[in-house]
Amino acid sequence: MAKVTVDGIEVEVPNGVSVLQACEAAGKEIPRFCYHERLSVAGNCRMCLVEVEKAPKPIASCAYPVADGMKVFTDSEMVRRGRRGVMEFLLINHPLDCPICDQGGECDLQDQAMAYGLDRSRYMEEKRAVKDKYMGPLVKTIMTRCIQCTRCVRFATEVAGVPELGATNRGENMEIGTYVEKALTTELSGNLIDICPVGALTSRPYAFVSRPWELRKTDSIDVLDATGTNIRVDTRSGEVLRILPRTNDDVNEEWMADRGRFAFDGLKRRRLDRPWIRKNGKLQPASWAEAFAAIAAKLKGVPGEKIGAVAGPLVDAEAALALRDLMAALGSRNLECRTDGAAVDASRRDFYTFNTGIAGIEEADALLIIGANPRIEAPVINARIRKRAVAGGFPIGFVGPRGLDLTYGHDWLGEGGVTLRALAAGTHRFNELLRVAKKPMLILGRGALARADGEAVLAAAWKIAAGNNMLQPEWHGFNLLHHFGGQVAPLDLGFTGGLAVGLEVLWLLGAEPPALPEGAFVIYQGHHGEAAAGRADVILPGAAYTEKDATWVNTEGRVQHGRLAVYPPGEAREDWKILRALSELLGHRLPYDTLDALRAKLAEANPVFAGHGFVPHGCADTSGPTGDPTAVSDAPFALAVTNYWQADPISRASATMAECARVYGAPQARLAAE
Amino acid sequence: MSEEVVQPESFAFDAESEAQIEKILKRYPPGKQASAVIPLLYVVQRQMKRVTGSAWVPVKGMDAVAARLGMAPMRVYEVGTFYFMFNMKPIGTYHLQICGTTPCWLRGSDEVLRACKDAAHVSGYGQTSEDGMFTLSEVECMGACVNAPMLCVDDDYYEDLDYESTVKLIEALRRGERPKPGSVIGRQTSAPEGGPLTLTDVPGE
Ligand code: SF4
Ligand code: FES
Ligand code: FES
Repeated sequence: MAKVTVDGIEVEVPNGVSVLQACEAAGKEIPRFCYHERLSVAGNCRMCLVEVEKAPKPIASCAYPVADGMKVFTDSEMVRRGRRGVMEFLLINHPLDCPICDQGGECDLQDQAMAYGLDRSRYMEEKRAVKDKYMGPLVKTIMTRCIQCTRCVRFATEVAGVPELGATNRGENMEIGTYVEKALTTELSGNLIDICPVGALTSRPYAFVSRPWELRKTDSIDVLDATGTNIRVDTRSGEVLRILPRTNDDVNEEWMADRGRFAFDGLKRRRLDRPWIRKNGKLQPASWAEAFAAIAAKLKGVPGEKIGAVAGPLVDAEAALALRDLMAALGSRNLECRTDGAAVDASRRDFYTFNTGIAGIEEADALLIIGANPRIEAPVINARIRKRAVAGGFPIGFVGPRGLDLTYGHDWLGEGGVTLRALAAGTHRFNELLRVAKKPMLILGRGALARADGEAVLAAAWKIAAGNNMLQPEWHGFNLLHHFGGQVAPLDLGFTGGLAVGLEVLWLLGAEPPALPEGAFVIYQGHHGEAAAGRADVILPGAAYTEKDATWVNTEGRVQHGRLAVYPPGEAREDWKILRALSELLGHRLPYDTLDALRAKLAEANPVFAGHGFVPHGCADTSGPTGDPTAVSDAPFALAVTNYWQADPISRASATMAECARVYGAPQARLAAE
Repeated sequence: MSEEVVQPESFAFDAESEAQIEKILKRYPPGKQASAVIPLLYVVQRQMKRVTGSAWVPVKGMDAVAARLGMAPMRVYEVGTFYFMFNMKPIGTYHLQICGTTPCWLRGSDEVLRACKDAAHVSGYGQTSEDGMFTLSEVECMGACVNAPMLCVDDDYYEDLDYESTVKLIEALRRGERPKPGSVIGRQTSAPEGGPLTLTDVPGE
């Protein structure tokens, strides 16, 4: 530890930290542009100058290590003059076009020029101008504004793992870009917008849409993948205008995947915003009362075992519980949520969650990936794996399609069943690496379970975990990677009973089962109508994830709450309220009138909902799920998510995502082209 | 930058380049091959000169370097565009590089420039003559100040120039000759003009 005095305040900080961090520890704010705590130190903007006793010149605090007994001054005359000078130089080539800049109001350069800059410019010469660059459909560039901090270059290279950005030419001619024109091939490109301290990289869909002070900010959770990214939904007059990540070091750090960030324009398109009833073979608009009456009339006389309910992949825990309770009241046990056919075993929670935890990846020392492409199934989790891989000493084995670019090197072990059986038998060469590891982990893709031998695949994966030191009292290395933010809650609530044959009434809660029972009366409750809604007899318009106060469970099993940011469109309502209202009409009044009452029931139904967050855990019981690990067929693992940009109903309705899909093509096409 | 230039569709190292690369790579310990990026960019530039008559580095050439050294192409673009010695667009057969730094300038580099413009028919720095023979660049001190002013043609230094000798040099180049590099007034390396002034008396003689 080193004792450092910052403006007279004494702090103790670990050796090797920078002076800037020491100043922060002392509660002093240091202006900065190039420094970012999650990126390597570049030390090229010089905004972070401070004075150190006995040093002849001001020093760049972000790149200067502390020394014991150091005396630092952050507000001396030398520092103030230094900052003013740096700021003046930065602004020499900056266009000062804040009134037409989308960063205005949330721009580091603007704020710091206010706080630390001169109040006028002495620069009368010509400014340089830089041509804008094309970086793809999501990131808009106005490169004349760039102050060449190289944060974006470092982000792309270090975090995203796509070293496609760089600084070409030099001196006055230096430019940031891709040199050869191309769209950045990353699913994390939106983070460049956040990380750019000026308005050089801004959001293309958000261009000229709004000013930050006009926005209402609501904390929520992203559900378009299973990461459970913490988000902030920015709205104005009942419309979602943008979505930004919130920092949560245990989940998404401060990153966010592009689909979650940019697909929200799909919330306004192809919405179910009123009830519909099928009359004479055709769907007709109806009122809530008529829709409820139609359902009540149909349900009368249908025995409970002839009724079934299916929860879709974007379903919140509240809606799932309300549906489950309604079904129970009607006497039905036909509950299902695995519409993709994945043989998820819900008999124990650690069979179907990401037990290591996302932050736990950083502790692991060996990884086996089975039938998943984390890069497109959960880009932010993939960035965490990459972070661990870059730190070194982390062998990664991969079973699945050959030649994938995961943004980190991996050892391709094989395509499918043959390799998996060998790993389970402990005879594969990769077993040796796993066995010597102290904290090995595996990631099993949900897609790998969606095949005829899914049960066997799950059992084999568990056997690999059990046989290779992954299941310890203090360490749980078995992980299932889900695809969407609503897939775990229904598992927690027992939507795994399966559907009996010959159902007469089927309730689809945002679900799209591959096949619907012949002749059944289908009730579709949800926000986007796709094939299943087209086939429905009654449609009940529900709320999307931004439109309700809801509980979400991510792939780790982490319980998080999202808040209502905008009201559902038209006559659509929050889902649990729809079910609660109908239950009354059916004479089975659900025992909750408020969200709090419902959440109390939720905690009763499954104690995990009493808590919040994720509890790191080991594995006390290593006995595995039913299923014969040796029965895995030879078939290769096919990847479940093939079109990252249009993987869910919201993104399929999004024009932004359609453009991305057009530019980037289906991933398979990209692979073939490489 | 790259869009104004007509880039070749492909680039592959030829046998001569491969031989050079093999030698260059041996200089670096295993795992540090990326250090060879600058020498390899020279290999590309020289091969372009051999094959097309114009010494420049196309994007595909940088891609080839990146592939050979296991680097991201962007990292090679950064190096290639940073250094002035690598031409990012085609140049003339001869690259006339005039040193304009203070010693050369004091000793008459303006005259060398005038001679180049007149004899090579180049309008100014960064330009190529219409016949495609000459490209003119201004460079910073080349380390030959003692024999200033100097002109570097491709890789050869010509020193102690004035207007007339520069014109003569360019005309010779135009004829396809390659005058002997070094001082054009016959100075022995960097010894004083007219021969050595010190150590002239060899003891015992
Ligand atoms: S574009 Fe933004 S992040 Fe990138 S170097 Fe310029 S100012 Fe920095
Ligand atoms: S923040 Fe320290 S030099 Fe940029
Ligand atoms: S100044 Fe011309 S070579 Fe040094």
